[in-house]
Amino acid sequence: MKKNSNLLSKIYQKFSSLVSLSVASICLLWTQVSHAAEPTPWQWYFQSPATPVMEQIIEFHNLMFFVEVGIVLLVLGLMVYIVVKFNSKANPEPTKTTHNTALEVLWTVIPIVILIVFAVPSMKLLFFMEKAQNPEMTLKVTGNQWYWSYQYPDNGNFEFDSNIIPDEDIKPGQRRLLEVDNQVVLPVNTEIKVLLTARDVMHNWAVPAFGIKMDTIPGRINETWVKVTKIGTYYGQCSELCGVAHSRMPIAVKVVSKEDFKKWLKKAKSEFASSDDNEVLKLAQFKKSK
Amino acid sequence: MSDITHDHHDHRPSGWKRWAYSTNHKDIGTMYLVLSMVAAIIGGAASILMRAELHEPGIQFITDPQFYNVLVTAHGFIMVFFVVMPALIGGFGNWFIPLMIGTPDMAFPRMNNVSFWLVAAALILLVIAGFIDGGAGTGWTVYPPLSSADYHPGMAVDFGILALHLAGASSILGAINFITTIINMRAPGMTFHRMPLFIWAMLLTAFLLLLAIPVLAGALTMLLTDRNFGTAFFAPDGGGDPVLWQHLFWFFGHPEVYIMILPAFGIISEIVSTFSKKPIFGYLGMAYAMTSIGVVGFVVWAHHMYTMGFNVETRAYFTLATMVIAVPTGIKIFSWLATMWGGSIKFDTPMLYSMGFIFLFVVGGVTGVTLANAGVDMAFHDTYFVVAHFHYVLSISALFSMYAGFYYWLGKMSGKRYPEWLGRLQFWVTFVGVNLLFFPQHFAGMAGMPRRIIDYPDAYAGWNMVSSWGAYVSAVGGILFFVVLYKTLTSNVKADANEWGVGATTLEWTVDSPAPFHTHEVTPNVAPEPAE
Repeated sequence: MKKNSNLLSKIYQKFSSLVSLSVASICLLWTQVSHAAEPTPWQWYFQSPATPVMEQIIEFHNLMFFVEVGIVLLVLGLMVYIVVKFNSKANPEPTKTTHNTALEVLWTVIPIVILIVFAVPSMKLLFFMEKAQNPEMTLKVTGNQWYWSYQYPDNGNFEFDSNIIPDEDIKPGQRRLLEVDNQVVLPVNTEIKVLLTARDVMHNWAVPAFGIKMDTIPGRINETWVKVTKIGTYYGQCSELCGVAHSRMPIAVKVVSKEDFKKWLKKAKSEFASSDDNEVLKLAQFKKSK
Repeated sequence: MSDITHDHHDHRPSGWKRWAYSTNHKDIGTMYLVLSMVAAIIGGAASILMRAELHEPGIQFITDPQFYNVLVTAHGFIMVFFVVMPALIGGFGNWFIPLMIGTPDMAFPRMNNVSFWLVAAALILLVIAGFIDGGAGTGWTVYPPLSSADYHPGMAVDFGILALHLAGASSILGAINFITTIINMRAPGMTFHRMPLFIWAMLLTAFLLLLAIPVLAGALTMLLTDRNFGTAFFAPDGGGDPVLWQHLFWFFGHPEVYIMILPAFGIISEIVSTFSKKPIFGYLGMAYAMTSIGVVGFVVWAHHMYTMGFNVETRAYFTLATMVIAVPTGIKIFSWLATMWGGSIKFDTPMLYSMGFIFLFVVGGVTGVTLANAGVDMAFHDTYFVVAHFHYVLSISALFSMYAGFYYWLGKMSGKRYPEWLGRLQFWVTFVGVNLLFFPQHFAGMAGMPRRIIDYPDAYAGWNMVSSWGAYVSAVGGILFFVVLYKTLTSNVKADANEWGVGATTLEWTVDSPAPFHTHEVTPNVAPEPAE
């Protein structure tokens, strides 16, 4: 059943990315067809959302987008009309109008109304994004110059580093500047609390498809949350200038089924040392036993 | 422009002393404009280098990523502090405040001289900051800990801090001078409510400078002592907080964007009114729209910090406060359109640039409404969408107002008429160039491309290539500008005292072109006309 739906979603992804490539550039397309979790060539709109937060961001953005395009077109239209009607040849005698109270009230009140229409969903979205309702697990993200460390505090507290795969080691089909050696793995449809900090300078952990972008600041722990609803691999990049290799600290998140996540946890626990353990002590014991 | 006052018999020093020791508002204004052009060449060269590097994915020719970060930093600083501010405030402000309010000079002429030379010294320090000890690669926001001694050892950041200190001192002195001049030295009859909108804009700008720059100076001093004297204002391991810097920086930084755009509002208002041959529509509304933008501009700073992690109520406040700014901004846009409405407009270069300004400002303004929302900003923060937004609403808008003002007043300043066809050509090249340059950046940003990166995932190649071509076209526009300038200064076509006709009603058009070394020696009277 699960496998079946995986296959279906894969087919759908293939199909929809084809569709989005051809359709997106032709017509104005705000409802995303593509499920690509990475940027695609000539993409001019959001990456397809993978969390309820990002879906709501896009929904609210679209409301503003329509109104704003309308405003730009209105101003552009008025300017074209002015150029045609009020150039010195067409209209040799300028009028003397410098006031029109009704008009002035109107162009003050209408923007206020528009802003109120924007403000309501904006506040809803903001407060929805703020906190997870019932987080089931925690992920701790630490920014370093220039890689990410991921820690699973309530799943054995193991920690591992996630480094970029340098250009020269990129295999065909891999995404340059986006692939890492150790992807951070998360279960699907799970509310996950994300804690973020940094060891040296500020970084920013951002995954566009999740609608997550949070500064990692030394001396502070920031909190956000994520609930990914689609299985897949998602890519992001550090989004706060952090020095020489700022462009080379990507984020790759592999979202798997809950069962697969459990399997991965087992493997990961043995592979990555738990940061609870005292490494020096272990080493000493190891030497002793020898 | 050394022959500005050729035919006049004024007492004035000659040779280098005329400029170095100058206390004349016109000469100082000219020096500011020249400084701005020199800085624009440096800052523009930095942009072209960046766009050429980003032309294709992969590293093209900047093998040291630190140098790219230095370019990002230098471009920002130079454009803000040494191109836009010197041109709009130092240049046009010095030239035209006394001319427009009917006074012979600024209130403190010698302080005016100090203001200029401080900013000239600051420019030199800043250029040094780009080349010494690997350069300052912090971005113009200079966020610690990246800007701390641990991560930027060497003297580059210190040079940058000192450069900003000098530029800041210059701005504060200039602001005091402007405020004193405008409040005390207006011609009889020119009440506050009868001042040209350019004067309103400059007065408000000066107040913003006076209130914002000291906060920057304080923050910079704290950073300087953190770096050199062991304090820990921004160092978490000493009990400090990097976020404190962000609050201080943006408390200055947000008013700073209005410091750059209010003078532009003033210039555009004058030009639109002159070329429509109509008084400005809704004058009081325009003046108080600018005032409210200035006031509200001080209480919205944290919308630059939505991803920093402060509590949701604070983000809600900053979202709502920021959106409020759209209202006075809308009033200005529609009042400009209403001024043109029913006018008899001649579309000379200054007017083309003014209409270009309005269009660019609206495009950048609506994306600003999007970005004001803390929720949606999660998708945009630190992406190229933001780069596109602020270049539209601030950078190229300010640039267009500088070009507009320059063409508008070039006759008054030089006594020569610029070649109109060349001016229009220069406008169209620039207009196409900047839109080609910045519009695709919206797309790259929405797709997720972060700012300030030397290399990007291959998927972003398309829009980046278009954007780079736009940069080259804009650069051609910039070169054409210098061609226009050269042609004008070497031409024999004299500009009339009032070259724009009946629409040009402000006092600078009552004096000769070029404006004599001393003007308004007899105070003009602008007592109210009988009620209409």
